[in-house]
Amino acid sequence: MSTLAHRRVVHPAAVVIYCLLVIAAFLYLVPIYLQVVTGFKSFQEVSLSTMWRFPRTFSLASFAKAWLGSEAQGMNGLAANFMNSVYITVPATLISAFLGSLNGYVLAKWRFRGANVLFPLLLFGMFIPYQSILIPLVQVLDRIGLYGTRGGLIFVHVVYGIPITTLIFRNYYAIIPDELLEASKIDGAGILGMYANILFPLSIPGFVVVMIWQFTSIWNDFLFGLIVTSSPSLQPITVALNNLAGSFYVEWNVQMAGALIAALPTLLIYIFLSRYFMRGLLAGSVKG
Amino acid sequence: MKGLTRDRAISVALVAPSLILIAIFVYGFIGFTGFSSLTKWDSLEPNFTFVGLHNFARLFATVPTDRFLCDLRNMVTFTVLFLIGSISLGFILAVLLDRHVKGEGIFRNIFLFPMAISYIVTGVIWRWILGPGSPETGALGINLIFEKLGLGFLKWKWFTEPSSVHISATSSFGVFLSHIGLGGLTTSYVGLSLATISVAIAATWQMSGYTMAMYLAALRGIPTEMREAARVDGASEPQIYRRVIVPMIRPVTLSALIVLGHISLKIFDLVVSMTGPGPAFATDVPAFYMWETTFRGNNFAQGAAIAVLLLLFVALLIVPYLVSSTRSEVRR
Repeated sequence: MSTLAHRRVVHPAAVVIYCLLVIAAFLYLVPIYLQVVTGFKSFQEVSLSTMWRFPRTFSLASFAKAWLGSEAQGMNGLAANFMNSVYITVPATLISAFLGSLNGYVLAKWRFRGANVLFPLLLFGMFIPYQSILIPLVQVLDRIGLYGTRGGLIFVHVVYGIPITTLIFRNYYAIIPDELLEASKIDGAGILGMYANILFPLSIPGFVVVMIWQFTSIWNDFLFGLIVTSSPSLQPITVALNNLAGSFYVEWNVQMAGALIAALPTLLIYIFLSRYFMRGLLAGSVKG
Repeated sequence: MKGLTRDRAISVALVAPSLILIAIFVYGFIGFTGFSSLTKWDSLEPNFTFVGLHNFARLFATVPTDRFLCDLRNMVTFTVLFLIGSISLGFILAVLLDRHVKGEGIFRNIFLFPMAISYIVTGVIWRWILGPGSPETGALGINLIFEKLGLGFLKWKWFTEPSSVHISATSSFGVFLSHIGLGGLTTSYVGLSLATISVAIAATWQMSGYTMAMYLAALRGIPTEMREAARVDGASEPQIYRRVIVPMIRPVTLSALIVLGHISLKIFDLVVSMTGPGPAFATDVPAFYMWETTFRGNNFAQGAAIAVLLLLFVALLIVPYLVSSTRSEVRR
């Protein structure tokens, strides 16, 4: 009954709402439209006065140049940096998800004295402006031989990923009933056995949420990549893209193609797993 | 019993590495930064001579540079515009989507996908869309569209506009203010940096999907009976929103303000890739100034002082939020 009444009241406005949504969607897609059409234009066709126009011929030359670089212009391609980002993001994502899962398990199911104080202190770590730790970070990484290496970046992402991964897993485990664990405790399982046999198999959706979140934020990171790596061949793709876009001689269509290449992995993840992406997003606010 | 205590020990051993890492890499490092900000460390060679608050005093002076004062103005301008943009747009989109329209999933994804993209990519694209063009290149981006539509008078310099809107010292109100000793309010530091509008537009495009998702989840959580009851009482749709729905989703607005607010205080990547410091520091922000001072200028103590202030701004926003939300959780 109530839905019927609901429908009847809303119906006349539905057309207006629909039009507004279509207009808004169109506006949100404008930047991507521009990026795609510019990236696919051939070098001859790129002219500033026709920048909004659809390409007459599709050309992959800009993508090839953004990926491989150009020796004549002394421009490095993004291929090596793309792979750097893969080598940094994948291990950092896996390690920090696993650490977060262990921490979340202990904080949700083995609450120890002082945890109420430690937890907010831990969470504060994900809100700080990283400028406030960069100076000693560089000094310490240098001392322990990790400065300027991919390993150093992996380490940094793992450390500063601890708060968010712990938070998401703690909230995830909090809703798993204690009785499940109690039962296996009676069977003689210890803390690690309970984790391995009961909790871990139930954690797969939690891992998906955390890993998507971490993959996206580590792939998109710029500040740590900028500070921790110095050699262009080791920089992640965000830093390389910024350098590419900052040089005046690189054509716009190459910049746009490069931006599309840099955005592609996270966009694909988003397109195929948007449900989990959204869940991670909402879990990112403290209450979860 | 013995097993229990053994498990306890293992549980502490499991979290200990993470806690120690956070203790060192967050709190220890913040302490070191705070200490550095009080020293004379202004070159690659560390120099821990104590200078008190000298580095902070320099930031608030106008000589030799007023850069930090410009940064504060830009930070406030950006934060206000970005919050208004993301929260109102996110709310409007959520209200439109709340009616279970056909293709809701597609719309939601379109509004949300910019969040999956890095600020660097966003900056690279929007720098072109809002690029003002030059006499050599002709109009670019939106200015080009204005020109084509015969709206050439709307063309402006976007993020290359150096001026800010502020109370003029020569206006009668400005004269009045200086009479009552508030002449400081008529400087260009108390105003709205016009170039920052462009950065706020790009950031709103990127983040409004987040507020939309939060509001949509909240709207869906409001029981239908409440709306029905209000309708039965003769309330119109706008009244229902104003009287019933907006008050109910106030907590969401508060968390959105805090989460987005702290992001906007820290904004760095987008400024780097889109504009840099801009003409007359029109789009400069503290995070960028800190990076340039420290890692380009090697003035570590000065950079540390900026970092300490930036941390302080963020902490003022985040700490009450963290304390109240973790406390309410414990009560639950």
